[in-house]
Amino acid sequence: MSATTFGSGIRRREDPRLITGNASYTDDITLPGMLHAALLRSPYAHARINSIDTAQASEAPGVVAVYTGADTDGEIAPAPCAWLLPDSDLKIADYHCVAKDTVRYVGDIVAVVVAETRYEAYDALDLIDVDYEPLDAVVEPKKSAADGAPQLHGEIDGNQAFHWTVTGGGDIEEAFSEAEVVVKETIVQQRLIPNAMEPRATLASYTPATGELTVWNTTQNPHIVRFLCSLVIGVPEDRLRVIAPEVGGGFGSKIAVYPADFITIFCSKKLGVPVKWVESRSENYQATTHGRDHVQEIELAATADGKITGLRATVWAGMGAYLSTAAPGIPTILHGLMLSGVYDIPAIHEDVYGLYTNTTPVEAYRGAGRPEATFMVERLVDLLAAKLGLDPAEVRRRNFIPKFDNGHDVVTGLTYDSGNYDGALSKLLGESNYEQLRAEQAEARKHGRYIGLGLSTYVEICGLGPSQVAGAIGFQGGLWESAIVRFHPSGKVHVMIGTSPHGQGEETTFAQIIAGELGVSPDDVKVIHGDTDNTPMGWGTYGSRTTAVGGAALALAARKIRDKAKVIAAHLLEAAVEDMDYDDGKFFVKGSPDSSKTIQDIALMANVAWNMPEGVEAGLEATTFYDPPNFVFPYGAHLAVVEVDADSGNVELKRYVAVDDCGPQINPVIVEGQVHGGIVQGIGQALWEEGVYDDDGQLLTGTMLDYALPRADRLPDIEVHSTVTPSPHHPLGVKGIGEAGTIASTAAVYNAVIDALAPLGVEAVNMPLTPERVWRSIQAAQGRN
Amino acid sequence: MTIPVSITVNGRRYDREVEPRLLLVHFIRDVLGLTGTKVGCDTSQCGSCTVLLDGVSAKACTCLAVQADGASVTTIEGLASDSELHPLQESFWNKHGLQCGYCTPGMIMASHELLRCNADPSAEEIRHGLEGNMCRCTGYQNIVRSVREAAETMQGGTS
Repeated sequence: MSATTFGSGIRRREDPRLITGNASYTDDITLPGMLHAALLRSPYAHARINSIDTAQASEAPGVVAVYTGADTDGEIAPAPCAWLLPDSDLKIADYHCVAKDTVRYVGDIVAVVVAETRYEAYDALDLIDVDYEPLDAVVEPKKSAADGAPQLHGEIDGNQAFHWTVTGGGDIEEAFSEAEVVVKETIVQQRLIPNAMEPRATLASYTPATGELTVWNTTQNPHIVRFLCSLVIGVPEDRLRVIAPEVGGGFGSKIAVYPADFITIFCSKKLGVPVKWVESRSENYQATTHGRDHVQEIELAATADGKITGLRATVWAGMGAYLSTAAPGIPTILHGLMLSGVYDIPAIHEDVYGLYTNTTPVEAYRGAGRPEATFMVERLVDLLAAKLGLDPAEVRRRNFIPKFDNGHDVVTGLTYDSGNYDGALSKLLGESNYEQLRAEQAEARKHGRYIGLGLSTYVEICGLGPSQVAGAIGFQGGLWESAIVRFHPSGKVHVMIGTSPHGQGEETTFAQIIAGELGVSPDDVKVIHGDTDNTPMGWGTYGSRTTAVGGAALALAARKIRDKAKVIAAHLLEAAVEDMDYDDGKFFVKGSPDSSKTIQDIALMANVAWNMPEGVEAGLEATTFYDPPNFVFPYGAHLAVVEVDADSGNVELKRYVAVDDCGPQINPVIVEGQVHGGIVQGIGQALWEEGVYDDDGQLLTGTMLDYALPRADRLPDIEVHSTVTPSPHHPLGVKGIGEAGTIASTAAVYNAVIDALAPLGVEAVNMPLTPERVWRSIQAAQGRN
Repeated sequence: MTIPVSITVNGRRYDREVEPRLLLVHFIRDVLGLTGTKVGCDTSQCGSCTVLLDGVSAKACTCLAVQADGASVTTIEGLASDSELHPLQESFWNKHGLQCGYCTPGMIMASHELLRCNADPSAEEIRHGLEGNMCRCTGYQNIVRSVREAAETMQGGTS
């Protein structure tokens, strides 16, 4: 049973507490004497603060304290940006946690009220009188770069946060000047709002007598929170404990350490009692980081027979009013380096301009740069196919990187680990019955029905990553992961990990890894994470890295256990270590499996240590810090089938077929769940979702009433298939799967809609492809206005 | 000003004095300390706060505690009986109908309502019936499978 547990779709260990209401998320925790914080946020996108009058609020019922920027100045350092992108002329504007004299987006914090109850805190917010002097605002990245645009930060010329380039391979000018075919497009990767179902929250409890601070935070990376809090708030790391309790999804929006978190800690420190802050959903929309927001001008050079010879792009990336924790690396490293996609492209050049705008800061959002890259490449390939009159599948095949199993260099400087892109596409075409679908499409067109097929063949970079690379690309941290495996006398196991899953199921899959490596039942393994006081340092859960990096650390720690157990078993069986064999939790002398010691026998002996081999320490415990030698590169091929109603512009997603390759699957049911959820988020971008600001910087999509999230009734069942290509450098061969669906699906759905609209002459529509936009594009293409 | 209310939650009667503006969801969470019911939005869109009010599903963020005076409320904590999971809880576990778990209490309570009104819903009917509950993790597909399995279990008379 145990060895085969790796690879089986067992039920999740996490679920019993979640399905019964017994899980504790940050807002579920109440401490004795706890007070509640509420934040006054700017209603203006850009304004000077002339004065703030808090007198009335301070006197309101239940109010304990009111703080403004004048109180926090010098006590809370600016919120740090921790990705110092090199060679990019990076200019980081001070992100004051409470605005000092200027607010720069709707949601910028102006004051905080601490009161006995949440209702009283919110009541008092209304009593604070702020005299604002509104200033001109700019919300679109390209407009922000233009001459005469309102300037956000006086010391930063032209609102430009950075200018980053990637150039690789042959001469890009020559590729285009000699191209037989060139296709171009301008793409707007609209702003998205991540919408983790649990809003963000922080509970800070400072004990003046000891100087100790405990912080419960809705975070994907508690160890980073501890590190940054110690820098910003000045509580030494040894007295600072950060706990990510149950965390209700993140999708990138819970990577950053936010002003609100630092302010909550500040309040607890000032008052010497626990203080909790919980955002409302409207506040989440205003102030928790957004994703995407690119304008992309892209072009592809090719030969007349469809062989790609060059790719060139200029991207204007909206960064929001300030640079969030990891923001500069998203539209650059995680985007530009992936522009070769699954194709052999001999010359690539991209310029990325990061621009400050009077909007909510933009951060990683599921896929984080790679969806924007995949979309560019997959659009261009479809445009090339259309221009040459070839099937999109055929153009892809003519350009795929051939199958490789141990490294392939692309011109952007990355070395992909392993892939068989044609294999994934072939499987997809077979499973979906692609040829027949094309025939049905042709038949439907004869009857005035507009069916479209959209392909997206993707590769993505994840399992971030070697720490040496992290340093070279300016990431202010490591990217290794850690694991401690501890056997108790009874043979039960505790696993402590530095990463911090928040819905992805690693309490189960990591128990399966231990089961596979050491032959114990997964039910005997408890996986502990999310508390900096009882887990080893780790860098967190993002970039599909928890299993890819943390899982590797765990497997190697388990192997250390096995090595030690083998020595003890040899001693107990009075055999030489080199004569020992191991199978599924049992150690025995080669050829004599009947006389064996189980891992549980060894655990007991190691813990009581009555009869240990000479020189071997007591205990059965191992720690590993694993720094991967390279990233991992999952890939796949997706197909969307849509039907567009030309009269209404409505897009019906009829089928969605996915082939994904994340290497060996530890738990295929959990993998499938990640694929479903990821795909639906990408579908959301293609069809419905958009964070909209008006020209004055007001967030028009300020609530769930206005922001169109995917709902159950708008989606078909997703057909999930896989291929298995192990990563050559990973101890288990596994690659990440958390973001793959999102990286692939937006392009697949978009390509399908454009394919459907081709007979009507529509070549491009800005996302999301709402009925109105599709209908208008049809009218325009048909010469009707 | 406070108003006395008497609300039975998961079979136990609670007599409390509450502000007239207190939302039922805050009464459940903050006054009674039953934190299984979640708050995911402030516009009655997400459904995370769904409970049963006199046996019928209601979004507890859209109801005042005083409106529930005299009523009987069932929250996620009250769904299992004698430590045996409700078929919906079991099926959400079996079919991987949850990931982060935040929408799950509301999703299960809404599914309870769905099956109360239609004991044998098709996948399409389930999708339609749960359109008022948001999940950002699962893409809903395994939630649909979960509800289907629960329907089959409950029709089989095991509950």
